Amino acid sequence: MFKIIFFLALAAIAHAQIAVKADLLFTMTGDLKPIKNAVVLCGPDGKIQTVGPASQVKIPGGYQILTAKVATPGIIDAHSTVGLSGILNSPKHDQEQLEKSAPIQPELRAIDAYNGRDPLVKWLRDLGVTTVHTGHAPGTLISGQLMVVKTNVPSITSVKDTLIPTSAIAATLGSKGLGKSPGTRAKAIAMLRAEFLKARAHARKIEDAEDDEEKERPAANLKMKTLVDVLNKKTPLLINAQRHQDIAAALRLREEFGFDLILDGAAESYLLLDEIKAAKVPIIIHPTMGRPFGDMENMTFTLATQLHKAGIPFAFQSGYETYVPKTRVVHFEAALAAAYGLPQEVALAACTIHSAKILGLEDKIGSLEKGKHADLALFDGDPLETTTHTTHVIIDGRLVSSTAK
Amino acid sequence: MHPRKLLALALVPLLALPFFISTAQETVAPGSPPPLRAFINATIYPVSGPKIENATLVIQGDTILAVGPSDLVTIPAGAEQIDAAGKTIIPGLVCTHSHIGSVAGADSTSPIQPEVRVLDSIDVRDTSINKARAGGITTVNLMSGSGHLLSGQTIYLKLRKGNTVEDLSIKLPDGSLAYGVKMANGTNSIRDNGPFPGTRGKSAALVRQKFLDAQAYLKKRNEADPEKPFERDLALETLADILEGKRTVHHHTHRHDDILTVLRLKEEFGFKVVLHHVSEAWKVADEIAAAKVPCSIIFLDSPGGKLEARDFEWRNGVELEKRGVLTAFHTDDPINDSRWFLRNAAVGVRAGMSREKALEALTLAGAKMLDLDQSIGSLEPGKQADFVLLSGDPFSIYTRVLETHIEGQQVFDLENSQDRLFAEGGYGAGHNRQAKGCCFYR
Repeated sequence: MFKIIFFLALAAIAHAQIAVKADLLFTMTGDLKPIKNAVVLCGPDGKIQTVGPASQVKIPGGYQILTAKVATPGIIDAHSTVGLSGILNSPKHDQEQLEKSAPIQPELRAIDAYNGRDPLVKWLRDLGVTTVHTGHAPGTLISGQLMVVKTNVPSITSVKDTLIPTSAIAATLGSKGLGKSPGTRAKAIAMLRAEFLKARAHARKIEDAEDDEEKERPAANLKMKTLVDVLNKKTPLLINAQRHQDIAAALRLREEFGFDLILDGAAESYLLLDEIKAAKVPIIIHPTMGRPFGDMENMTFTLATQLHKAGIPFAFQSGYETYVPKTRVVHFEAALAAAYGLPQEVALAACTIHSAKILGLEDKIGSLEKGKHADLALFDGDPLETTTHTTHVIIDGRLVSSTAK
Repeated sequence: MHPRKLLALALVPLLALPFFISTAQETVAPGSPPPLRAFINATIYPVSGPKIENATLVIQGDTILAVGPSDLVTIPAGAEQIDAAGKTIIPGLVCTHSHIGSVAGADSTSPIQPEVRVLDSIDVRDTSINKARAGGITTVNLMSGSGHLLSGQTIYLKLRKGNTVEDLSIKLPDGSLAYGVKMANGTNSIRDNGPFPGTRGKSAALVRQKFLDAQAYLKKRNEADPEKPFERDLALETLADILEGKRTVHHHTHRHDDILTVLRLKEEFGFKVVLHHVSEAWKVADEIAAAKVPCSIIFLDSPGGKLEARDFEWRNGVELEKRGVLTAFHTDDPINDSRWFLRNAAVGVRAGMSREKALEALTLAGAKMLDLDQSIGSLEPGKQADFVLLSGDPFSIYTRVLETHIEGQQVFDLENSQDRLFAEGGYGAGHNRQAKGCCFYR
């Protein structure tokens, strides 16, 4: 009898709602400043029930109480290839991030390639990353699609397992996107323009067929459909461009075709601050610890600080690594930017609420507010300090990690 | 350490037999005494002893004269006083495994090429060297890649400002330059085309045969008539030096079984070896400790990137520390940028290392692995004046390297605009060539 009660009690704890008590809580709302001695209650629906000072929030009985020195919203990696570029770096086995058979393949879906059980997904989750924007890597002119998914999702059984099944189309300008053809920067842009003109014509034919029953609807074409979605601003084009001339080319393309542009990498964007600001384009900047070779040779650790000062919206990414480490950790990248002048709370915002805004998910994730997803990361110190451990990670109100890594 | 002992340390006679002779260009006019400088009010981590608050470091020319609490160190008359209040001083960082300076070794003709010297490939104007100075690194072991069982002779350099690789080199008492030999096992040196090995068993056999050849060569050399010319073999000569304990083998190895293979080779041929990377050290830490072999390890932000690094763990540092294994960190630049080298100590502490051992792993432990600990690696009277001024706690991510000094000469100053460009990056900070032969770029 006692045993049964014991197991019932255990079961109750396993399913208990979680209350987080933090000495310092970064809600990532308002002026981004943290509140002291705060409590977050996670609701049974996986949403945040209450956020407030401990003096005002009473924790109801039956809640599992987790305490932390510092708590933040679950960390968002604004651009990764995790789940596609697996831990072993073994071609034909776990490298699904880049298909080089053709330079333009926007029809390749991330949901068809993602492996949420890859150890690197767990690695990031244990460190506090709860959401990743992941998919096809930079490396061909248009390499495929990206998606947004929580790091506790082991398999994509339906698009409902993602936050956004097709969140962006990944394009690459500059030397990384070149090969036999396009073999030059000018040719790359000519090919992209021609493809978008084709997509525009395709869209017109569909419209014509809808307006006039006499006209034949063009045959279904995955590639065209995907690009039409870009032209219709249904899906943003995420352009990886590091050199200033490549960033300028991305802005010209956007001007010509009017799609929603997210700049990616953008190592030399500090040379074009006025132009980028005028174009109102957000940037998902390269990892601060990215390697200063090739198109990134003029990268600077102060990039985030310069964008912040210029008032250009930006978020951090773990990026795409071809060797070791196979993935970076997005808040470690933010931390180094903070060491080079970025205010601490802005560094945290650029891997939480600012990332959510760029992904169009600010109503759901990125800050700790009533009704938003109960995704939290708990730390035993400043989340940006290397010596600090991530103690607990919560996704949708459930404890997904308590490894104190 | 007790303050009295520190005082005693500070009174150790200057220039207690330096074990190697600096080849740096003397900038002081002949005849005039070397200039005296005192950095006062600093927090100092001598590494050879505990952290000292409100401390003074006195240097004369290229040498440390005294280190200790301000009230116990007498500043010599005529010394220039530099207020380092709020700043931290640590020994110059020693990177035991780096690929900066456009370093290259063996080519693709064979898996074992001991005759190749990386000395002959170094570009001292490569910006990666300036960047390493900006990261507080003062001494490096520049190595060729891991794509060979033996890819050449490494070179130990002080990152002095100089025109030629000789200006940066370290001369040993016998007149030769300080260097080691780079070896590797596991997948990097396995290739699917001969004469490279296709398996681990073949890899070990090729190496063992070569060392047997070297044993025979050594015997022949020792028995040769000194009156008659001896036909030198550059490759076997290098291996003979290893057999005689004159040179250290720096051995790239990741997997637990590959680590044990290195330990077996050491046992069989009795050479001096440092294990490098040692991703699975935590699995065979007892065996490493029993073999009394030092480890130069790396911290990566994630495991993986190749099969051999799948089981890499941050706890390597603490597991080795627990067993008393001499442990250093390295950048493997460009794997980790030299400017983030200090960060390794913080990752080590995060995973359970003591702060003392973590800081030692960036300095004195590396110096020991390069047999340079008589002259560098800690802030002690008589040692070379290699030190770094930091803006704060060495374990904090917010801390910046402000100045780097080598043998009393400032080689990096964050306030200098060109130096700042190397430290932070920006337009014109690039133009460094990628290391050749490192597996990363293969």
